[in-house]
Amino acid sequence: MSFWEELSALPGGQNVKSCIQCGTCTGACPNASEMDYPPRKLIALLRAGMQDEVLSSNSMWYCASCYLCTVRCPRGIKPTDLMHALECLAIRHGVATKRTGIPVMYQAFVDNVKDNGRVHELSFMLRYYLRDAKSYLPTRTSPLKPFTAFKLLGMMPIGWGLLLRGRMPLKARKIRGSKDLKAIVEKAESMGGAS
Amino acid sequence: MRFYSYFPGCSSSDGGAKAYGRSARAVGKALDVDLIELEDWNCCGSTPYSSVDELTSLCIAARNLALAEKTGLDLVTPCSSCYVTLSKANSYLKGYPHLKTKVDEALAAGGLEYHGGVRVRHLADVFVQDVGYEAIAAKAKRNLDGLRVGVYYGCQIVRPDAGLDDPELPQSLDRLVEALGAKAVDFPLKSRCCGSSLIISEEGIALGLIRKLLDSAATNGAECIITVCPLCQTNLDVYQGRVNRKFKTSYDIPILFFTQLVGLALGLDGKELGISKGMVPAKRLLAKFS
Repeated sequence: MSFWEELSALPGGQNVKSCIQCGTCTGACPNASEMDYPPRKLIALLRAGMQDEVLSSNSMWYCASCYLCTVRCPRGIKPTDLMHALECLAIRHGVATKRTGIPVMYQAFVDNVKDNGRVHELSFMLRYYLRDAKSYLPTRTSPLKPFTAFKLLGMMPIGWGLLLRGRMPLKARKIRGSKDLKAIVEKAESMGGAS
Repeated sequence: MRFYSYFPGCSSSDGGAKAYGRSARAVGKALDVDLIELEDWNCCGSTPYSSVDELTSLCIAARNLALAEKTGLDLVTPCSSCYVTLSKANSYLKGYPHLKTKVDEALAAGGLEYHGGVRVRHLADVFVQDVGYEAIAAKAKRNLDGLRVGVYYGCQIVRPDAGLDDPELPQSLDRLVEALGAKAVDFPLKSRCCGSSLIISEEGIALGLIRKLLDSAATNGAECIITVCPLCQTNLDVYQGRVNRKFKTSYDIPILFFTQLVGLALGLDGKELGISKGMVPAKRLLAKFS
């Protein structure tokens, strides 16, 4: 399957060709300044066949899903959905950027949902911090980065405040139908994605 | 009495926004809105799941829709993220037959089927549209007495095809608080993004967005901000101290769930509404209405 076929089977991936490069999406985006390529440019790169640059960029990960570009786009492109599609493809192709912890955080969220059927905020956060810490360990290609444990320590006051106010339950509760949910998830995962 | 199938979402049911769930139920009861919790619902998947695995995220959202369809009632959630995720799943299943086929197959593995018959609503929409301003105001026991409120809609409740209100300059909740005697202050950024879950892994960026929102409300004299979303509340409330530290500001704005403010007007007890669960103390505000 070509990249275009893969992309256009995902919601948000179909209308990219009708973009008129007006830049409304970039103008609307609260995080455009953080992105390697803001939304308009991202679409231009996609259409120029530069999918490797696109999929390994940080752009889609900084999308906060506020959908402002989606309601403003004069061509009915859904850039927010496109961002989600690109995130999924980056993960599927194993090229998601390591320059931000967002992909790791999202994965931790997903695994937490798979475990319990619902999100348990404390174990989700711990899982994220531990995995993130692992990615900070030195390898031959990347030198030691500041240890993430400091980040976790920095979260303690907030965690404590939440705990005191009864806003951080310690125990995760599983849903009763977790077996059924697991069957649904396994079936879905066996179908090779939305494309 | 009005009946709805109720989807509290993870955070409002047993997480950081428990007070939202509690106050939603209390206010619902006072307004004759029966929120019947959807049995054995699962996480909607939210943005992270659809950013990792689009198909599976649709399937887990669809499990909830399938469960809700059996009840024959509208599916109501107080969470903006659940709202946008479940509505989107609904419209994708209608708009993309190739996805529907796959989702059907996955649901069948869990013994379920979905025929597209559920209407997904946000709790604010139910209060405003179904109950109505006049009926709510008629049940008020306290006048909010000119309290200056920053009504923060956040992004997902008014977008992308939500139909609740204008996607950029919504008014419906402004009208609600005004019907209860409060003053909705000008709040130009009321539907700008709070940074959502980026607060976890890209705190610096999210703090910048939160600061803009606090600034927009504070410069217009807001004594408190109300929100319609657990994550917006968390970002504005729990991280307000960090905004102050990072930007050397001194915001001191209690962040309430809209149900808490409506509950106060309906004469409900501040404790029952969980108003003291905020990190930014709301003592002054509560003293005004005790």
